[in-house]
Amino acid sequence: MNVVKLLSGNEALALGAYHAGAGIATAYPGTPSTEILEFIARFDDVYAEWSTNEKVAMEVALGAAYAGTRSLVSMKHVGLNVASDPFMAAATTGVNTGMVVVSADDPGIHSSQNEQDNRHYAKLAKVPMLEPSDSQEAYELMAYAFDISERFHTPVLVRTTTRISHSKSVVKVNRSRVVPVSQAGFQRDVEKYVMLPVCARLRRPLIEERLVKLAAYAETFPLNQVEWGELHLGVVTSGVAYQYAREVFPEASFLKLTMTYPLPRNLIRHFAAQVDRVIVIEELDPFLQENIQAMGIKVTGKEFIPRVGELNVGIIGEASGTAGLVAETLPQHKLDIALTLPKRPPLLCPGCPHTGIFFVLSSMGQRSKPPKAKGKAPKEPKLIITGDIGCYTLGAYPPLNAMDTCACMGASIGQALGMEKAGISDKVVAVIGDSTFLHSGITPLVNAVYNEGQITVIILDNRTTAMTGHQDHPGTGISAQGKETKAVELEHLVRGMGISDVNVVDAFNIEGIRTVVKNSLDSPELSVIIVRGACSVQVTKPSEPRAVDTEKCNGCGICLLLGCPAIQSEDEQVYIDTALCAGSACTICQQVCPRQAVVPKSKIKAAKSQ
Amino acid sequence: MKKFDLLITGVGGQGVILASDIIGEAALAAGYDVKKTDTLGMAQRGGSVVSHVRIGQRVWSPLIKEGEVDILVAFEKLEATRWGHYLRSGAIAIVNSHALPPLSVVLGNERYPTDEEIADSLGQWADRIYFIDGTSRTRKFGDVRTLNMFMLGCASLFLPLKVHVWKDSISQRVSSTMRQMNIAAFNLGRKEIRGVRI
Repeated sequence: MNVVKLLSGNEALALGAYHAGAGIATAYPGTPSTEILEFIARFDDVYAEWSTNEKVAMEVALGAAYAGTRSLVSMKHVGLNVASDPFMAAATTGVNTGMVVVSADDPGIHSSQNEQDNRHYAKLAKVPMLEPSDSQEAYELMAYAFDISERFHTPVLVRTTTRISHSKSVVKVNRSRVVPVSQAGFQRDVEKYVMLPVCARLRRPLIEERLVKLAAYAETFPLNQVEWGELHLGVVTSGVAYQYAREVFPEASFLKLTMTYPLPRNLIRHFAAQVDRVIVIEELDPFLQENIQAMGIKVTGKEFIPRVGELNVGIIGEASGTAGLVAETLPQHKLDIALTLPKRPPLLCPGCPHTGIFFVLSSMGQRSKPPKAKGKAPKEPKLIITGDIGCYTLGAYPPLNAMDTCACMGASIGQALGMEKAGISDKVVAVIGDSTFLHSGITPLVNAVYNEGQITVIILDNRTTAMTGHQDHPGTGISAQGKETKAVELEHLVRGMGISDVNVVDAFNIEGIRTVVKNSLDSPELSVIIVRGACSVQVTKPSEPRAVDTEKCNGCGICLLLGCPAIQSEDEQVYIDTALCAGSACTICQQVCPRQAVVPKSKIKAAKSQ
Repeated sequence: MKKFDLLITGVGGQGVILASDIIGEAALAAGYDVKKTDTLGMAQRGGSVVSHVRIGQRVWSPLIKEGEVDILVAFEKLEATRWGHYLRSGAIAIVNSHALPPLSVVLGNERYPTDEEIADSLGQWADRIYFIDGTSRTRKFGDVRTLNMFMLGCASLFLPLKVHVWKDSISQRVSSTMRQMNIAAFNLGRKEIRGVRI
């Protein structure tokens, strides 16, 4: 088999794992890792699942690797924080068949809550780590990863980044699927798999021995490559930074590391001895640099290469020019600052089921005012709204301004309770999506029940994991491979925790939402409101758009406070873009208009034709 | 083998990613090395989207360096201006002249640049700027969702790929029911540029 394809890093990782014989793949969606599971789930001879969260995904993959099936578990960088407990456990017990853990980091924070360099996890867990520098390597390294995992009885960390995962490059697909030879089966081995202190103590020296053997293996790892150029400068690099550095230093010698933990010490020493000066070009932390410096080799890198954000050719070129490594490059074209351009942040979509609840919270919390009310002094905002991770975090943007915190998956509920216990007298509102609630919201809600919290928890149930591209979750009852399974009912779940004040309200009924929220804020009990409505991107039913009756409209601008992209204004007159409007499936603007000036489009036409 | 660095920009939902995928796949089919990457931000729709496509004998970085873009294909004119500084001197810019004002403009908090400002800004770097109302053209033609194929058709005349390679790549990426419509929009874009090409 020999085919040339244009594949993203994520597709290449998935195809590589499939060809390497992965039988089980698990994940929780998270940018930039999501497509790995989506891609591998298409193969019928792989069991693929969306797990409720990354910790569970890691545990399922570990169980499979204990029981004789090669497993792949993928997640975004912060997912590995969630999964770090079983990850460390997996590093301690080791595996039976291969287990590969993919961490997709997000330098530059394109779609995350923080920036962190997960290469440190390899060192922390004392497990081997591989990093691809393009899709071809992403495809090839998977076979090595499973092989290393089995040879050294360890999970293997594959670390990718947004720019690798979400770039397409040419891949020569030269393998086909390895059919697993071993049958599923678990061999009881208490000393290996039952981490009682007495057993864990036995495993501990084995981990150190494993690391020594891995370091010896790293010396011969075929994807660590030296590319000799001129000898006055030697560049040690890995991942996408290699691609940038090749453009900045076209003449230099390169040591491209694909296995970045443990490091091939002799190879690095040999390379460094041949060149006059060694520099390390790497994204984020000085991980390679510090490890190489610890070997007593003189290298520089982070003295001039930024450690914050995503790198590119321009940044490395400019930094290297300042450091005297390359001729000063000509000044870059800079954005015409005389022309300040309006920003275009992402928005809640037209017909979004989150718009209504945020509008209600925004108006009850005095968070926004119509454009016409510009002169009036701003009111003191009321309510505290702790937020969470999902499309709905966009509710923090103007004009809704209806979110006050966003930390990590599930944090809204614990934070709300913490604020209450700190002495905030008004009822604190936590807002969390359905997928996020199932991921990390259940335990803090149980905690709030147990510790007698009086918060209001609003679950925004749009029946999907929308932000990462509409993956199913336990609440939808559809599996990652499109099979019907059992759906977890949110209201049964929360009632089962002992919460009696539980209300389910239609996401497109403003009056209904307002009443339920008001009742909840007035009640001294812990209450849960489930705001239910399908994600508009998934609604395919035809729907009649709304339009503005210009005779009735007095331009008050209240509809503009919804932040709906379909509501536009030209020359002071508000109008609705019919191509964008979600129409009868939504009607929120129609409900909030104080003058009943928003009507079905056909009514305007009918009136005009009379 | 010549190198081509293309920047495709627009607003989420306009089909920027599919268009840049097709350029990449067509170039691969024509024997080029290709890298392409998208910067999407966090949401499904409505945000600013930019896609880098690099074609040549051997491509290293997936991101194009500022000041090195050969061809800018902008599905919206504000999104053309936002990335203008990526153009090299003498670049070509193909710009959909239809405006999609962002929310801050609708709310009256920010100002949308005038056509003159946009032309001046891009004109600092671009040699040739083609303002084409792709939105009206495709709407009149039947379906505004084919804007991406129309813009692709416009861009195709500046790349040394045979027309059947383009059409094959389009056919592989759109459903069979939409194929005819999409290829017709692609042809319309080619015709449009032929009519105004300097």
